[in-house]
Amino acid sequence: MRAKGLLVSLVLLCSSAVFAQHGGELRFCLRSDPKTFNPLLVNDDASETVRYLTAGFLLRVNRLTQLPEPELASSWKVLDGGKSIRFKLRSDVRYSDGTPFSAADVAYTMQQLLDPAIHSATSDAFRSGEGKLVTRVLSPTSIELTFPAPVANLISLFDGVPIISSASPQKEMAALGPFFVAEHKAGAFVLLKRNPNYWKKDVQGRQLPYLDSIRLDVEQNPDIEAMRYQRGEVDLINTVSPAIYEKLSSVNASFVRDAGPSTDAEEMWFNQVPSAPIPGYKKQWFTSTAFRRAVSDAINREDVARLVFRGHAVPAIGNVPPSNKFWFNSSLRRDAYDAAGALRRLQSDGFRLENQQLRDKSGNPVEFSIVTNAGNRSREQMATMIQQDLKKIGIKVNVVTLDFNSLLERMTQTFNYEACLLGTVNGDLDPSSQMTMWLSSGEDHIWNPKEKAPATPWEAEIDKQMRIQASTLDLHRRKAAWDQVQKIALEQAPVIYLVNKDSLVAISPQVKNAQPSPFRPQAYWNIETLMLARR
Amino acid sequence: MKILHKIALAVLLSTALASVFARYIAPAGYEQQFRDEAQAGPSLHHPLGTDELGRDRFARLVYGMRVSLFLAPLAALLSTILAAAVGGVAGFCGGWVERIVMGATDLFLALPWLFLLITVRAVLPLNLSPMTSVIITFALLGILGWAPAARVICAGAKQVLQSDFVWGARARGCGGLRLIRVHLLPSLRPALAAQFFLSIPVFIIAEANLGALGLGVSEPLPSLGGLVCELQDFVMLRPEPWRLAPLVVLIVVIGAFQVLLSKQEVHA
Repeated sequence: MRAKGLLVSLVLLCSSAVFAQHGGELRFCLRSDPKTFNPLLVNDDASETVRYLTAGFLLRVNRLTQLPEPELASSWKVLDGGKSIRFKLRSDVRYSDGTPFSAADVAYTMQQLLDPAIHSATSDAFRSGEGKLVTRVLSPTSIELTFPAPVANLISLFDGVPIISSASPQKEMAALGPFFVAEHKAGAFVLLKRNPNYWKKDVQGRQLPYLDSIRLDVEQNPDIEAMRYQRGEVDLINTVSPAIYEKLSSVNASFVRDAGPSTDAEEMWFNQVPSAPIPGYKKQWFTSTAFRRAVSDAINREDVARLVFRGHAVPAIGNVPPSNKFWFNSSLRRDAYDAAGALRRLQSDGFRLENQQLRDKSGNPVEFSIVTNAGNRSREQMATMIQQDLKKIGIKVNVVTLDFNSLLERMTQTFNYEACLLGTVNGDLDPSSQMTMWLSSGEDHIWNPKEKAPATPWEAEIDKQMRIQASTLDLHRRKAAWDQVQKIALEQAPVIYLVNKDSLVAISPQVKNAQPSPFRPQAYWNIETLMLARR
Repeated sequence: MKILHKIALAVLLSTALASVFARYIAPAGYEQQFRDEAQAGPSLHHPLGTDELGRDRFARLVYGMRVSLFLAPLAALLSTILAAAVGGVAGFCGGWVERIVMGATDLFLALPWLFLLITVRAVLPLNLSPMTSVIITFALLGILGWAPAARVICAGAKQVLQSDFVWGARARGCGGLRLIRVHLLPSLRPALAAQFFLSIPVFIIAEANLGALGLGVSEPLPSLGGLVCELQDFVMLRPEPWRLAPLVVLIVVIGAFQVLLSKQEVHA
């Protein structure tokens, strides 16, 4: 009987391998046509997808372990306190067109990347100080890069540096990644074919990737994309909305997977710009920590996660979500939803409740508007729920939806708004990527951008901690500084974090070896090992 | 035809009455969130179920009809009055006045009104109540919607001024405002009525278009346009046909207006 059981288990274990197909074409959709195939110029999602599938990188951050792993570089060493890095490269690696890969390509790529004329989005993180990058090719398989000043998080930054050839006649179209661009019909599709010279092999010594090709159809409408997926015309959807997730799940539970909370957050903040064209008494509310904390406490985040995101989100604790395993300050706890406590906090700050209307010390009724981008249904719903929650403590909220350009203009130029509800996408887990958000002089210091000097003592303390974490390679010191920033951010609530959304993906049961991750690209981060079952 | 007309009238009257007495018909307020009953199916408590936030869909429908069915005719009235004034003056004066006014009308017709609406909405004060913002939206629709009707009225006015009875009146010394009041306006009344009825469904649909862009009526106030906009995630519809109710009401109401319009056109 036991032997029979063992046999059945063995058959079940082997079945996926037996029926999985080495080869075949994986199909999924891009939301728009890629704007560029030059991997150094990528600045949109569609181009980023093509880059991820075709470009070679010195190292990659594993989307499950969140740790850097060797790719084209077999090893590396950080020198001079983070000013230099030395890479040992793999030998016998060739581009898709047969051109050999060498250290000269890495030097060429870095020079191109840091060329101001190229305006590469990836390059900003490497600009640690005044001066130029010095590249020293030590041998065809060894290179040393020296930056003008130490670069925090230097290793992980190379996860975003695609290596391009300095010698290939195909220039940037020569691919070092698992696939290369074989065909592109503008507005219709991009066809990627297996790179015959790809360097990587699996544990059994088989050439990777397993797939023959990938067809990326341009499809703007997510509902149509979901219908095509349901009909089996596409094999995966990298991110699906909670509504589509529920619909597909009701058809077949194995159609979709919840990869858990991502680092993407939905948040609101009050305008604290001193020159903002809003009444002075409102500026006093918005700069009051008690007011911001009370609003934060009065929002029922559990309900937002349950209703707006259908349970596929978790109430946010602070600016770093627990899914960011290393950098999250695990000592922080979000105060539970407490409307009565929020009201007490407001009353201790001089506010009073009269006939269901909250009034400030001067008798002004507490009323403000929340702006958000038009057409984003989940944000409109969140704003409506906040409106209802704050009504319970006598605050009247007007929800205003604006087209994105008007919203941006109000947020960054005229500062003519009171509160704003938007979301952030955190692609990089390291705090150095958030310098412009948390430094008081930062352009993305959303509640009061580009302060000449920190407006409050707690902002000065955040500045100090951010500079500490950016100027040292000592991980423990960096972590302690970033923990302190998270603690201050939670206590002062300049940004009220609402929820962290789950990564929802749709992957056909036909696709084998899929291991969805909460981090981009969620469904196909391990593209080279994905396999198709026989159709 | 007569029966159809009566049915159309009955439909419009019943929807108008339902929206006027929404407070008594609706099982709950349109903004009330029953968060523990979100996305519920139809029941005695919630005849059309509840939406994602637990708001009663039937309540939102009847209150939404109030917004659309009362403000769209007001906007239509505004645009008809403007069209009568502009088209009437152009037709009555003729010559260079007509050329200038009709040139301005053509220019107005060429404006991308949707972008104009989006721009105007973007510069409105943020702390307007939802009702004020929806009134402004419909007022804008009315102000922007006069141009096509003005051309029709101008042509009609010129035709009336060429008729024998107007020549007769002029020969008897009738002119100026009296000619307009006694002869021109009564003759143009059917055309004006047709333009008025034609504009109502146009404005309801225009508000729905703005709603589809997320720029319609502000939350939590419902409107037919906003409710129809919620049907965008159509992959969800098959198991929940009751969610189609706002679309059905919109089609029925616009259909009823079209039936009445045909009658007005016949009279015109």
